[in-house]
Amino acid sequence: MFCGHCGEQVSARDHTVCDVQLVMEPPRFCTACGRRMKVQVAPRGWTATCVEHGVLSS
Amino acid sequence: MTDILERARTKVLENGEGLSYDELVEVLQLPEDQVPALLELAHEVRMTHCGPEVEVEGIISLKTGGCPEDCHFCSQSGQFTSPVRSVWLDIPQLVKAAEETAATGATEFCIVAAVRGPDERLMSQVRDGIRAIQEAVDINVACSLGMLTQEQVDDLRAMGVHRYNHNLEAARSYFPSVVTTHSFEERWETCEMVRESGMELCCGGLVGMGETLEQRAELAAQLAELDPHEVPLNFLNPRPGTPFGDLPLMDSQDALRTIAAFRLAMPRTVLRYAGGRELTLGDLGTRDGLLGGINAVIVGNYLTTLGRDADEDLALLSDLKMPIKELAKTL
Repeated sequence: MFCGHCGEQVSARDHTVCDVQLVMEPPRFCTACGRRMKVQVAPRGWTATCVEHGVLSS
Repeated sequence: MTDILERARTKVLENGEGLSYDELVEVLQLPEDQVPALLELAHEVRMTHCGPEVEVEGIISLKTGGCPEDCHFCSQSGQFTSPVRSVWLDIPQLVKAAEETAATGATEFCIVAAVRGPDERLMSQVRDGIRAIQEAVDINVACSLGMLTQEQVDDLRAMGVHRYNHNLEAARSYFPSVVTTHSFEERWETCEMVRESGMELCCGGLVGMGETLEQRAELAAQLAELDPHEVPLNFLNPRPGTPFGDLPLMDSQDALRTIAAFRLAMPRTVLRYAGGRELTLGDLGTRDGLLGGINAVIVGNYLTTLGRDADEDLALLSDLKMPIKELAKTL
């Protein structure tokens, strides 16, 4: 498992600050593989696409 | 009441003139116990010269990331190790975003691209996008596509672009500390071309980027000189990987002083809450700003970060008895 904010492994360190950040921003990294995702923010939502694991949306 | 507030009451509220640079410095230096009186005066100025209505806008990124410029606050620059990847929005998604924005009561929908200036491909995409939006949604379309040539200004006007955004970003004296890949003067030139074209000019900046209080006043005075129809006021939201990524959030009292100062510099402009207000001001501060000179908001999300839920902002405006400006009154 990877952090959606910083892309590091969840087990590598404490991600409390990242979790707070994710309240006000979409994830930039795939939590399954840690790849950087293509993210599109719209006025009322967002989508994040991992080349390996598909589309995540708000 | 302090001397500067008495002078501002006469000059701005009664005579409708903006404060000078020196006077704005005095405003920004007011002690904390004078901030409520300052906000009250700024609110009176807004109600007198603009009225109670609030202009609501939604924004969308048509082309995200990969920008060649090095604006030190921006996560979309290709020169920094930001996690933001380059992505283009297609026309159906653009129209959907415009429809969702219009459903909030918004009268403006701004299409933004992270570029130095538009190339042929982007102008073509914008042309197709505007046409599709105009066929589907009753909303004013604005654009923010970087620096323009005169031909591009004319093209955008012919496409029916209602307003063009191009921020000064920072005061002239601080600009080289914020951007090195283009100059303050280049930005100014685009703004002047837009204004002279007949499109409405939207031009603001960011505060909380390490500028001095005097440079904050300088930015307000330079914007007043440019006389834009709208001034979006952003508060730095430090983005990971950017040169300003480790700066602290701006103090909320300084942010409120800045809002009031901008209103006292430009009594008739549309002064819009833009990025960073959720973090800098929180819910209570957002309310204070709306009662301290702000008369426009961006609803929903920003370009790469999330905003407050649009319904929360609309409920706040209702609670404050500030009606949303109708489309007919913006034309």
